[in-house]
Amino acid sequence: MNATATFATPVSLEKLPRHAHATVAQIDWTRLSVPEARRLRELGFDEGVDIEMLHRSPFGKGPIACRIGRMTVALRRAVAASVRVLPA
Amino acid sequence: MSILPLVALVGNPNAGKSALFNALTGARQKVGNYPGVTVERHSGRLALDDGRPIELVDLPGAYSLDPSSPDERVTRDVMLGRQEGERLPDAIVVVVDASNLDNHLRFTLQLIALGLPVVVALNMIDLAARDGLTLDAAVLERELGVPVVPTVAVRKKGLEELKARLSGIIGSGALRVRANHGHVDEDIVTLQRRARALSVKATVAETSGRKWTHLMDAIALHPVSGPILLLGLLFLMFQAVFAWSQAPIGWIESLFAALENGVTAALPAGFVRSFLTEGLIAGVGAVIVFLPQILILFTFILVLEATGYMVRAAFMMDRLMAGVGLSGRAFIPLLSSFACAVPGIMATRTIDDEKDRLTTILIAPLMTCSARLPVYTLVIGALIPNTQVLPFVGLQGLVMFALYVLGIVSAYIAALILRRTVTAGPSSGFMMEMPKYQWPRLNDVALGLWSRALIFLKRAGTTIAVTVALLWVLASYPVAPAGVKQSEYSVAGRIASGIEVIVAPIGFNHDIALSLLPAMAAREAAVGAMATVYAIDNPEDEAGAGKLAENLRGRWSLPTALAFLMWFVFAPQCISTIAVTRRETNGWKWPAFMVGYLFALAYIAAGATYWAAVGLGL
Ligand SMILES: Nc1nc2c(ncn2[C@@H]2O[C@H](COP(=O)(O)OP(=O)(O)O)[C@@H](O)[C@H]2O)c(=O)[nH]1
Ligand SMILES: [Mg+2]
Repeated sequence: MNATATFATPVSLEKLPRHAHATVAQIDWTRLSVPEARRLRELGFDEGVDIEMLHRSPFGKGPIACRIGRMTVALRRAVAASVRVLPA
Repeated sequence: MSILPLVALVGNPNAGKSALFNALTGARQKVGNYPGVTVERHSGRLALDDGRPIELVDLPGAYSLDPSSPDERVTRDVMLGRQEGERLPDAIVVVVDASNLDNHLRFTLQLIALGLPVVVALNMIDLAARDGLTLDAAVLERELGVPVVPTVAVRKKGLEELKARLSGIIGSGALRVRANHGHVDEDIVTLQRRARALSVKATVAETSGRKWTHLMDAIALHPVSGPILLLGLLFLMFQAVFAWSQAPIGWIESLFAALENGVTAALPAGFVRSFLTEGLIAGVGAVIVFLPQILILFTFILVLEATGYMVRAAFMMDRLMAGVGLSGRAFIPLLSSFACAVPGIMATRTIDDEKDRLTTILIAPLMTCSARLPVYTLVIGALIPNTQVLPFVGLQGLVMFALYVLGIVSAYIAALILRRTVTAGPSSGFMMEMPKYQWPRLNDVALGLWSRALIFLKRAGTTIAVTVALLWVLASYPVAPAGVKQSEYSVAGRIASGIEVIVAPIGFNHDIALSLLPAMAAREAAVGAMATVYAIDNPEDEAGAGKLAENLRGRWSLPTALAFLMWFVFAPQCISTIAVTRRETNGWKWPAFMVGYLFALAYIAAGATYWAAVGLGL
């Protein structure tokens, strides 16, 4: 959207502010357990897909909800931390 | 009878498979179980457009052929022809959610690659339209190389075409070719990329969609309004259970009173009349009056499920559940357990982590199920003074509330301890799709309620009626000589005297000892049993809930009543719960453990309460 976006550095998905759009830059599969990694792939997480932060659970470290494709997905912050995104 | 061609419905969770299955098969369906696993098999028959009959099975939803729960394993094994109790399907109908093609097409590609004849049902096109999506089924058909039929399962749209395309691929001479023997080479990521590209091709027009869902989530998941909404809904639910049920309860009571009067007038005094009025009518009636409360509770749960709100509630609760090593997913079965632990325990099947699921099963009976309501209502009504503690808050209501909270808190603590001991293991995490909000369909809710009502009435008419009748006979004979209480002299009375030895230290009297055995059959039978026993002891009295409460007042002390309530918070006394736990955990080990730890808790809590109350001079 603005000129600086092209030069933005990837941030952890967990840190993405509400309503912010981003592109998945890289997923650190090694930080995830095998079933976690599989579920994440099945829910459509992949490098290059668009993502939008929708909600953060009201209770401190609770889960987050984001839009990926046409789907809303809830996941815990620990998992979100292994997804690095490039804010749009 | 020859074997019909088998067609399986497959697809992602929430694609509308079950809706399509119901629309296609109507009432001609059967629910069974796959051997060795606790996964239900739903099958039914239908005739294709040319009149040929086929058998249709509704398979559990899955995201891929890589299973992560017992349900998904069945789906994969059926697809590969390896599932015990199921033959390899002659064709499959892949059900996809048109408003979420990106994701659903990935599994579709994987399924098509298996080589079975396929028809794709492009379902929920109404929701796609609501979301501002226009799709071209013809493009999809060309790209996938299999028939694609747009459908709206819940409005029975597109079914005729679906049947026509199915008959085109079944038994058309072309034998099933399984080119790759069930092996799919491409990994998920490659398939996902192809799926996304396909979805872009098939999309004719797109406006920014899901406005509704986003708007609703802005409120339901908001850091402030979200928890308020959840608490408000829970409060409304329990308020409704108690307040809205009063009128229908009154009707049922008068119905049973009329029935009793009718029988009394019609029959001469004697064995048959006493058996009918004191035994059956008093006992069964005391239980059936709770039907309205149970139905109200289930209405709330079914509606919350159908709208899609339940998953939002799970999202909000995840943090709290994570504190004891569970996940937000456990919230749904636990909330259902307030109605009844049996459907609650069955609902744990959606939890993929085995330890997590087991813990949820073990604590589910601590949620105050509706069968405990009759017991609580009776004892509280009889022995807790109806004083006003605060404006709008009566002492009776407060005690009831405290019992519910006690159940929840104990479950929380139990989970904490279990997860560090017997069910220890890594935390399973929480990752789930949040479905679109949907207006609940009256038909589905009504159908769900109807089946619960039937189960309850069947129980009242069988288990409870038999227990109460048996108890009546055992409690009526041998007839006590003058001056001796019938409830102590009879066979049942003597058995109870044996139990009393064990439970006397925790403040339980002879009446309670007598009611504990029938309560094992079904918790609410405790009330029926007491109604029966008091009716036998005082044959001249008219029966009725008021009379029962009056009797309790005369015979129980307050510490005894409190101890009895405590007992019911913990005791896992219902055979159905034990049976379903055995089925869901595949053995006796866990139900035995559950019964053991809950009885121990019940005994200790009841004893502590009794002696504390006595000490306080209550
Ligand atoms: N609007 C709409 N709702 C649908 C359609 N098909 C299914 N549903 C609803 O979507 C939800 C999930 O459907 P269900 O059949 O349980 O999905 P399953 O998990 O694939 O068995 C239910 O609330 C259905 O009523 C459809 O074509 N249109
Ligand atoms: Mg289903």
